[in-house]
Amino acid sequence: MAERLRVHVDPDKCQGHARCKALAPELFELDEYGNAHEVGDGTVPPGLEDKAWLAKSNCPEIAIDVIEE
Amino acid sequence: MSDVSQPAAHPPVTDWVNDFDHTDPQWTDDPFPIWKELRTASPVVHTERFLGCYMPTTYEAVREIANDTKHFSSRRIIVRDVRPEVARNAAPPITSDPPVHKPAKQLLLPPFTPDAMKKLEPRMRAICNELIDGFIADDKVDAAARYGKYIPVQAIAHMLGIPESDSDLFINWIHMILELGIKDENKLLEAVQEMSAYFRTHIEERRSKPTNDLISYLMNAKNKEGQPLEESHVLGSLRLLLIAGIDTTWSAIGSSLWHLARTPADRERLIAEPGLIPTAVEELLRAYSPVTMAREVVKETTISGCPVKAGNMVLLSFPAANRDPKMFPDADKVVIDRRENRHAAFGLGIHRCVGSNLARMEMQVALEERLKRIPDFRLDPAGTVTWSQGTVRGPRQLPFLLGKAM
Ligand code: HEM
Repeated sequence: MAERLRVHVDPDKCQGHARCKALAPELFELDEYGNAHEVGDGTVPPGLEDKAWLAKSNCPEIAIDVIEE
Repeated sequence: MSDVSQPAAHPPVTDWVNDFDHTDPQWTDDPFPIWKELRTASPVVHTERFLGCYMPTTYEAVREIANDTKHFSSRRIIVRDVRPEVARNAAPPITSDPPVHKPAKQLLLPPFTPDAMKKLEPRMRAICNELIDGFIADDKVDAAARYGKYIPVQAIAHMLGIPESDSDLFINWIHMILELGIKDENKLLEAVQEMSAYFRTHIEERRSKPTNDLISYLMNAKNKEGQPLEESHVLGSLRLLLIAGIDTTWSAIGSSLWHLARTPADRERLIAEPGLIPTAVEELLRAYSPVTMAREVVKETTISGCPVKAGNMVLLSFPAANRDPKMFPDADKVVIDRRENRHAAFGLGIHRCVGSNLARMEMQVALEERLKRIPDFRLDPAGTVTWSQGTVRGPRQLPFLLGKAM
């Protein structure tokens, strides 16, 4: 079975740089202050794996986890 | 005590590792080899200048300090020759520490989200095109003075609700605070007073005629207890929004154009692939980060194994962190399609730049419109490029020849 990915934003680390939202708008959304959280339960739909890793590797606060399930 | 009315002359630096000085002309001109030398020597270096000051030289040491608000206070955020008394409500949230910082910051965030910036984008495109109209028929232009400078001024004036035509007034205050103020306290105080008087007039006008802009927004904002903010807080934040967004973004746009003028291959690629511009903007922000901040050490600690003593300042160089080869492969090369880029140009930790979404939008639009209408430009060999000194680094004179080289 192909592995499934899930993204998670640590709200204590996120400072609202909003890089994840710019690079993977399907996977992240911002609150009224511009701080990020994952869409839904963070499950990465097939085809968007690359964007999940891209978001993680561009987060200056190292606030994003990509979990392989 | 030194006489604060006399700007001090700094002797030229001969030993960078033990006696660094970010106001030295060599640093202003070309800081990159200096940072490399300092980083090779130690993750944290020290100078006796500025009444004692450290500088972290690696990305990791910069991150450690930015995240440690217990030992490193933001009550002083510019490394200067003097340490005058700290004013209450100087410029919240940038001069605030926890727990005061968070509420002051949260107040400013909603008007600056990416969605809010999208609404401002059409006005930004119009501003850029009006500026381009002013020189497109010429064969040379100073791209710093006639383009980069006015984009952020007009954007923030528009958001604050103050006349875009007062731009030169704002630019002069900023010069007095960020450049002259490092060595001459009086210039700084004079500019702060003039700014406060200016904003007070605009606040008065809005008491009888409320408006839909940032000044009214802050006047009507409530603190945690449901009370209106103190006037000094409103004025401090207004001054901050005006100061923080102009020189910085002007510098970022200027350095980007400077790079593109000298690097035709990158310019041609961005013209052919405009979709790459947002990625390129991140890389240009990394390589030519304009903003160096400061902290005051309030409690002894160690950073990357180096002891750090209270009473010293810290030159918090996000620009130097962004050139650390341990964090960024080919750190001294501009790789306009760099995929992994955790650059710290907008800071790290709780003080992340409030205006980062605005600045990014301005840079993208400024480059897009400019490359669309003037695809060919290069440095004018008969002119001189000059760089600003101190806290914010960017080209202040940027003489370009427009059109294809003969
Ligand atoms: C390319 C342009 C810009 C750069 C490189 C930049 C950089 C920075 C940096 C590094 C900080 C962190 C300060 C610290 O750690 O002490 C900061 C904070 C701040 N910036 Fe910017 N900035 C830019 C544009 C703007 C704009 C356009 C605005 C608003 C109009 C703005 C408003 C602020 C504010 C209010 C803070 C304080 C945030 C806090 O203390 O929580 N900046 N900026």
